[in-house]
Amino acid sequence: MKLIFEKSQPGRRAGSFARHDLPVPEVPATLRRRQPPRLPEVAEPELVRHFTELASRTFGIDTGFYPLGSCTMKHNPRVNERVANLPGFRDLHPLQEEDGAQGALELEWRLQEILTEICGLHACSLQPAAGSQGELTGLMLMRAYFADRGEERDTVVTADTAHGTNPASVTMAGYKLQKVGTDARGNLDIDDLRAKVDERTAGLMLTNPSTLGLFDEGIEEVAGIFHEAGALLYYDGANLNAVCGISRPGDMGFDIVHINLHKTFSQPHGGGGPGGGPIVVRDTLEPFLPVPAVVRDGERFRLDYDRPKSIGKVRAFTGPFGVFVRSYAFIRAYGPALKAMSEVAVLNANYLLARLKDAYELPFDRLCMHEFVLSARRLKREHGVTALDVAKRLMDYGFHPPTIYFPLIVPEALMIEPTETESKETLDAFVDALLAIAREADESPELLKDAPRKRPVRRLDEVKAVKRAVVRYRFEEHPDLSQEPSEARMLEVQKGA
Amino acid sequence: MSYLSLTETDREAMLATIGVEAVEELFAEIPEGVRFRRALALEPALSEPEIVDHLTELAARNAHTGSELSFLGAGIYDHYVPAVVDAVLSRGELLTAYTPYQPEMSQGVLQAIFEYQTAICELTAMDVSNASGYDGTTVAADACYIAKYATGRSRVVICETVNPQVRQVVKTYAPGFGLEVAEVGHRGGTTDPDELRHAAENGACVIFQQPNFFGCLEPAPDLAAAANDAGALPIAHVDPVSLGMLEAPGNYGCALAIGEGQGAGNYQAFGGPHYGFLAAKEAFTRRMPGRIIGETTDVDGQRGYVLTLQTREQLIRREKATSNITTNQTLLALGGLVHLAWLGPQGLRELGETCLALGEYAKARLTAAGVELLFPEQATFKEFAVRVGRPAKEAIRAARAEGIHPGYALGRDYEGLDDALLVAVTERRTPAEINRLAGLLASAKKL
Repeated sequence: MKLIFEKSQPGRRAGSFARHDLPVPEVPATLRRRQPPRLPEVAEPELVRHFTELASRTFGIDTGFYPLGSCTMKHNPRVNERVANLPGFRDLHPLQEEDGAQGALELEWRLQEILTEICGLHACSLQPAAGSQGELTGLMLMRAYFADRGEERDTVVTADTAHGTNPASVTMAGYKLQKVGTDARGNLDIDDLRAKVDERTAGLMLTNPSTLGLFDEGIEEVAGIFHEAGALLYYDGANLNAVCGISRPGDMGFDIVHINLHKTFSQPHGGGGPGGGPIVVRDTLEPFLPVPAVVRDGERFRLDYDRPKSIGKVRAFTGPFGVFVRSYAFIRAYGPALKAMSEVAVLNANYLLARLKDAYELPFDRLCMHEFVLSARRLKREHGVTALDVAKRLMDYGFHPPTIYFPLIVPEALMIEPTETESKETLDAFVDALLAIAREADESPELLKDAPRKRPVRRLDEVKAVKRAVVRYRFEEHPDLSQEPSEARMLEVQKGA
Repeated sequence: MSYLSLTETDREAMLATIGVEAVEELFAEIPEGVRFRRALALEPALSEPEIVDHLTELAARNAHTGSELSFLGAGIYDHYVPAVVDAVLSRGELLTAYTPYQPEMSQGVLQAIFEYQTAICELTAMDVSNASGYDGTTVAADACYIAKYATGRSRVVICETVNPQVRQVVKTYAPGFGLEVAEVGHRGGTTDPDELRHAAENGACVIFQQPNFFGCLEPAPDLAAAANDAGALPIAHVDPVSLGMLEAPGNYGCALAIGEGQGAGNYQAFGGPHYGFLAAKEAFTRRMPGRIIGETTDVDGQRGYVLTLQTREQLIRREKATSNITTNQTLLALGGLVHLAWLGPQGLRELGETCLALGEYAKARLTAAGVELLFPEQATFKEFAVRVGRPAKEAIRAARAEGIHPGYALGRDYEGLDDALLVAVTERRTPAEINRLAGLLASAKKL
């Protein structure tokens, strides 16, 4: 398929607007653009067809089952799009005076209250733009909290099952990283942990349930170890979809939580974003939250900048407001029955697990929470097919693959998260496909090796992409990569989560 | 109401397959002490029509740019969003996909981002763009992180004429990044290159904004040269809508170009979600944060696109990654691409000309009405500052009572400017609307 730039014809255009017959002032010569940018020149019909074709070459939740582990690819209710596009929200300027934005501020305040209740904590800032930024904000809070207490602590502990964002955030926040292992049941290794927590430890970052889909059975003891050492506990909310109304991070002992609104509360993932990463904290950390805070004074809502201990701002304004509208609408559709959402997410995952664990290896033989991790290690040993091959073959059966090669401690990992919105028929069809693939691995492994066959492209040469680093269209100098040898060099690295 | 699909019969069959009798048993591994034993204290569930009614009521309590004539800008602008943007962004496949980890499933979104990267590189005259950052503030912090590692220096210099929120975000990130932040004041609305050169000594980078927060045109090529003289990377924070008229940062010596994308393809939405763009010269490719899409071929030699250069990223490099960013703003960036393609080079130029022409018209009408320009010597684009002869907050209150939001009160961020308003004039405004504003500010002045 051609790029939009390759469909461009000089002189063609789509958009226009009123010009008012006003004189156009000269831009000073030194500041004036000399060569116009080579934006596409296309008429609207071509524009619409181009993006429609791109849409048809993209698989979303609307297309089919998308069990990408740790990403919580649940149905995105369309009413949320309708309300986010109400002019009073969509066309509201973020610097509007408070009395002209009472509806928006009330919505933000209400969402803060809801998230605080779900987490079992005391205060919330909606400002962070995504989970990763929520993590970084949480670590900034830790830094400000200890600085305020005059304590010097320089180390943050993460699990070896952690998302890569955790260690990356630790570095960006200026902390040293300390890694802790996983025990034979898939819980945090308490002995390893005890040896690594001391007066230099600022805190722990933990996902619970973990990226293995397992609830940490020792969480109370873990929390005790950190709190006795004067350190804080950070809850990575990537897996909150498992425990809404069932177990609250604050009750588990966590002091700071980030929530992924695009996971648990159904902001559409948009091909990679937007997200929302609110943080919810214990009262001791509230003074350090980003400004402005959204507060209620009687019947009025306002922005409070008078927070002398605040870390400052991590993003413009009060955060990604359109995401808040969608998530608020989503939560209001459930009310207290959010608990049923988590229960069904866990039920669906355990059902898949029960039906799949004989055909694929289960590294930790326990009940799972909202997701679980299988290993294709046996298929690799016996038939030479990898988790990547299984993933590619699933595409031919019409499914988006699960996350693969993550968490890192499970070889040939397949990390499967069905979410609560799928029907039993869909789950059964997915199981049937994975069981069929396990048989194919035995009988005709080339079917897996050659997969996918039914997508717009076959396996791509990821090594060539890195070597050539062609990351933009270069017009008349654009290289024709098809004239160079190509192999199915796909990297067996984490894809998803 | 809920979005669940299981029937009671399904649940029973599934529990039987699992080998438990009730859903509660699935949570047996959660320690007693951390179980939540009451119902969540949330308001009762609403049906879909009730949700629409409730949110419509909340939305009605906001004064939006359709209900109030607005001259508010200060970083977020009332530009026209073409219908084709809405149409593309509401395609379910694009709306409900995630990061294209599996390229065969996601060629459409991958190609779209590759096209976005190309459009951003064309706008800014750069070699590489990432697939988007969160917004126009966080990309500035990202750029500082690149500069720190590229230069081995830890001091970043930001012009005081850069959007205050951008400066605040950089300052918030600075302690963790191990950066010090220095600011350079303005001289009559723009930055003095010699002063900047002096401040940039031993600096990792210099960030300036073009057009700057006051709407004034900075001597951008001279500022970039001043930074380069001092060995600091010049970083331009630019308005995409201006780049049909104003020279691209890559053509006057900048190492990186960053900016808030909202004006191209996104609604104001009370501040987001929008996209931040970050583009750089080739030398910085492997220090870029976030997703980058690259071109390759499949086993049949057919062209295709993949996430590439991933050894920069958190999922592979973990604590040594160039950034922790994962979820980005792809859908909003796609809106930017569609808008820019709708405009084309000619449309972008005309959009810039229209903003310029209306801005000049507004300056003329307002000064004729007795309003004083704050920086009368400076050329401006889309936005300009005026003194209204009384506290700007009062002027805003009075004007809003007449159905006009006259602009942003600069005293919120700058000392000594309590009587100053920042007035934005996009292509959405008309001469008649500008006349209304001038009339209002004139009559207010007489009071």
